[in-house]
This record gives sequence, C-alpha cells and structure tokens, in this order.
Amino acid sequence: MSLLEIRNLSVEFETAHGLFRAVDGVDLEIDQGEMVAIVGESGSGKSVSMLALMGLLPWTAKITADRMNFDGQDLLTISQKERRKIIGKDISMIFQEPMTSLNPCFTVGYQIMEVIREHLGGTKKELKKRAIELLGLVGIPSPETRLRAFPHQMSGGMNQRVMIAMMIACNPRVLIADEPTTALDVTIQAQILELLGELQKKQGMAMVLITHDMGVVAETAEVVNVQYAGQQVERQDVKGLFNAPRHPYTHALLNALPERATSKRLPSIPGVVPGLLDRPTGCLFNPRCKFATDKCRSDAPDLHSKVLCHYPLEDGMPTNNHPGVSVAEGNS
Amino acid sequence: MFRFILTKLGVLIPTFLGVTLIAFSFIRMLPGDPIELLAGERGVTPERHAELMANLGFDRPIWEQYFSFLWGILHGDLGVSFMSRQPVLEEFLTRFPATVELAGCAIIFAALIGLPAGIIAAVKRGSAFDHTLMGISLTGYSMPIFWWGLLLIILFSATLGWTPVSGRLSALFWIEQDTGFMLIDAFFSDEEGAFKSAVSHLILPTIVLGTIPLAIIARQTRSAMLEVLGEDYVRTARAKGLSSFRVIGIHALRNALITVVTVIGLQVGVLLAGAILTETIFSWPGIGKWMIDSIFRRDYFAVQGGIVLIASIVMMVNLFVDFMYGLINPRILHRR
Repeated sequence: MSLLEIRNLSVEFETAHGLFRAVDGVDLEIDQGEMVAIVGESGSGKSVSMLALMGLLPWTAKITADRMNFDGQDLLTISQKERRKIIGKDISMIFQEPMTSLNPCFTVGYQIMEVIREHLGGTKKELKKRAIELLGLVGIPSPETRLRAFPHQMSGGMNQRVMIAMMIACNPRVLIADEPTTALDVTIQAQILELLGELQKKQGMAMVLITHDMGVVAETAEVVNVQYAGQQVERQDVKGLFNAPRHPYTHALLNALPERATSKRLPSIPGVVPGLLDRPTGCLFNPRCKFATDKCRSDAPDLHSKVLCHYPLEDGMPTNNHPGVSVAEGNS
Repeated sequence: MFRFILTKLGVLIPTFLGVTLIAFSFIRMLPGDPIELLAGERGVTPERHAELMANLGFDRPIWEQYFSFLWGILHGDLGVSFMSRQPVLEEFLTRFPATVELAGCAIIFAALIGLPAGIIAAVKRGSAFDHTLMGISLTGYSMPIFWWGLLLIILFSATLGWTPVSGRLSALFWIEQDTGFMLIDAFFSDEEGAFKSAVSHLILPTIVLGTIPLAIIARQTRSAMLEVLGEDYVRTARAKGLSSFRVIGIHALRNALITVVTVIGLQVGVLLAGAILTETIFSWPGIGKWMIDSIFRRDYFAVQGGIVLIASIVMMVNLFVDFMYGLINPRILHRR
C-alpha cells in the first residue's frame, strides 16, 4: 500500500451558475522518497485537488473520493481535529506566493516555532534551537538574527526559504509544493528547486510538485500526472512522458517548450482551459485538440482509462483507427 | 520609533494652532456677549457695558486678544470663567473624570460586545447570526441618541424601576471625591451600598453612549476580519494544522486589529468630546454638559479653553492610536 493514495477525487464548487466541477476523478499515489509532479495549465485543478487533500478548501467546496488514505488513515472520515494533527506535521504544503503566505505581523522565528510547538512541543530554548537549525538548513545566512526579522524585511526568495523551513519543521512524510517558484526570479527559481530536491532526498520525503513548467518536471520528477480542466489526462514516468507522450494535450504541452521549437515563432496551444460556462461536450480537450473527431466532440472518454483519450498517441500519431481526416485541420 | 513619534508630533503643532483659532473665533461669532447675558432682562447701559467689557479685556483689538489667549495656553493659563470665577483649567479638571468614567465604560462596553460579535459574524458569514447582527447594528447606528436614552429610561427606570434616572450617585450617600472617578471613590468609601449605587447610575448612560460605537466596532471588525480571512497567510496558518482559535484569534485577528484599533481610537476621541447629548439626558456632570452651559452663557474663556483642552485630548488619543499601530503592525514602524 502506498504512503498516500487518492482514488477518484472530485471537487465541486457551488456557484451562482450551478455546480462547477473543478477536479474530476483524479488519482494520486505516492510512496516514501518519491517525487510526483502534477502538470497542467492554470485552471486545470492542480492546486484545488491538493488543497482538498489538506482540507483547506472553503466550505462551498464539495469533496468526494473513493479513497483518500494516508499511512493507513482514512482522510475522508476523520474529524477536523484529527486532520489538524496530520497537516502541518506529516503532510505539509508550500504555497505559490511567499510574500503573502507569511503573516506580516509576526517574526519568521515565531511562525516557525509556532508549528513545532503545535505538533511536537518543546521548551522555548529547544524551539529556538530547532528554528535556527531549520533556517540554516534552507540556506538562510546568519539564521540567529533572521529569526527576529519580519517577512517584509526579506526578499521573496528568502521568504520562500522560510516557508520551506516552516513546512519541513516537523519532518513531514509528504511535502506538497504548489508552484513554489512561480512568483520568484528565474535565478532564484533554480536555487529553490535545487533546495527542495536536496531536502526531499535527505529527509526521504515523498513530494508532490505542482507546476506548469515542463522544464522543471524534466529536472526533478520521477512520475508525472498531467491534468487538464480538472481531469487527469495522462500518468507516466518522466522518461516515458517526454519520449512518448500518449495524450494529445501532453504532446502539445511538450511541443510548446521553447527548446523544442523548430520555427521562429514559439509554438502554443490555441485557446484556453474551459471555465464554468464554456464546457464542451465530449472530451474536454476537443476544441483545442488537433486530432479531434466527431466522436471526441460527442462522447467523453472513460475517466478510468490510463490515457484519457479515444485515440492515444503513439509516436505522435493517433491510434485506435483514428479516421485521420482532421489531422491537418485546426492546427495553427 | 523615536523618529516615528517625532514626525507625528510635528503634524500636531499646526493642527493645534488651527484648533485654537477656531475655538477663539467661533464663540465670538455667536450673537450676544457675556455681559448682555449676565444683565438679562434688566439690560445694561452702554457706558456700563463698555466698562465691564473693558474690565474683561474685550476692548482690545481682536488679534491682541487671540495672542494673549495663545500666550496664556503656553503658560498653562486658560483664563477665568465669568460664571464661576474659577480658573477654566480647574473647572475642566473637576468635571473631566466624570466624562472619562462614562466614556471609558461606554467604549469598554462597545468593544467587549462589538469585537467578538464582529469576529463571529465574519467567521459565520451569511449565517442567521451574521444577518441579525448586521441588522441590529444598522439600527443601533441610526438610532437618535436622545430618543434611545428616553426609551431606556422609560423601560428600566420608570416601568421596571431597576436603574436611577440621573446623576452619578444617589443623594443618600455623601462620599469624599478623591479621584473624581465615582466608581473608585465609592468603592473605597465607608458608605455601604455607595459602589452599587454608582454602578447602577452608570448602566444606562453607558449603554446609550456606547450604542453607536458598538455598532461601528461590530461592523468594522466584521469587514476587517472578512478581508483578512481571505488572505494567503490565513491559509498558511490552517496548513500548519493550528486550531481554529489560533488561526482566527491570533493570525487573522492581529491583522484585522489594525483597522479595528483605529476605529476604537477614533471613537474614544468622539466619546470624550461628544458625550454632550448623553450627559444632558442623564444630568451627568461632565465636560459635555459644562460646555453646553458655557456656550449658553457666552462664557468666552470657558468655551475656548474647554474646546482647546478637549481637542488636545483627542489629538493625544490619536497619537496613542498611531503608536499602537506600530506595535500591532511592524510594517508601519519599519517604513522609512
């Protein structure tokens, strides 16, 4: 049994226009020391699925799943109080915006020591010692003095390091990093990713990395979940995914990488992820898919197939007797 | 920190000068003068009138009078009230404790109920509690003070007979006014039941004076909390597995307090200066009632001195609020 196992997770939001399904039948399985990446564009439900796991969604969200197990515990049925003993300790999460994710009214030392005191306890002196040790571990120079700094006195990169220190403080077994580098400078991005990778290996954590950057995925992850419009469209190990993508969306994402560009213009996927009001019938990706057929436009592919497509790709070409007529069309 | 206070003080000086000018000129703009009002129906001959005015120094050029007023302030001399023949400062100080006592009780009453109510309404947004509270607070905010005071008197004093109608203490007691704060004086006096009497006299005025601040504090706390609860750092606090109490009461509230402290501070100023209606309804011998009486008598020195004193206190309260910001929100202190 895996350390963390999620089966058929769905999250629905009640909106003025009816129910909106932000996450639809997502699976996730991760073991000690493993690194899984969840990839997809903005609005594909990557963050929402992980926030659902953490129990951090607002009350308007309706969460259903066949299974949501962590280390033998059923996260679906436990009380809020029991969940609070797990999150921040065994499962913790790093967010996208380091500048707004730390409380401006408290010193970073206080914010780090608070989480340790909550879960592990200890005297003031022990807490302080551990906080200094953690700040050193995430590469913050002169940690003793930084302990008394407020978030606004530090850069975004430094704040993200503090955030990481805070979230690994109780030696979590699963660390979820939700686009941890999106808000940072490119040079800092590499440093933070490197740090996360190191920590993951050193502490033997399982790590879920949410990103929309395929480059990051290639460098760090072992297994990749590709998500589109709340659905998991493909799941593969990283090598297979990059060499032989099976879903047209994955294929298009990889083609959109600047380093794979063959023409002068950067390739892109036309259109945007469908929202609440413009959900297509059939396969959700069909309006943007260059291989879409009438079948794609009318019938949704089976959610539980390995690749969420009627015509999974092989060597960049659709299989399963794809009519082939529209291959040349709709491609810009 | 030192610099922070210094800049704030720098702003206060021109404000203070403006207040002296307004206090000085407004009372003189009112028709009638103190001598005419003193003479009343009998009237006074123009010669005698001029002589008496000259005695009080009102024959001098207006700017000279203003500068002697300013000169007096610098030396702690606000002149002598015509009516009581007492120095204005002394008059003010004997009445001030009564106003502070009432305003203090009112603001404590308002904050003790308003803060938790606002927090609960924000956390349970859209619930029946939220809607009810916002409805009640809107009513409270729009309630005319004099009418509300009279309603309470009719119910609690006249019909139920639970509370006294006016004053600070029952006439049955006579206690030494050492501090001027009736609650304290009565508590340490030998008279049995005096403290109870002092408390019962405070209840209705406190509720009446505290109603509007209560409504304002509840609404402001609610909206400040709503804003803060949506912030990323509140989600972070939840992600740390902290209890709801810590998430709401420490992480969110600390940030929301910045707004709320401003509101409470402003209300303290308003209450100290503007308890006039409440003090009049309950015959509360405080500053508000004294100012009204002085204005009716055209007691120039009492009015201008009183306004300057009240304004100074309001400014000091605001300075204190500014200082509190710095303590609650470190970003304000560090901004250069």
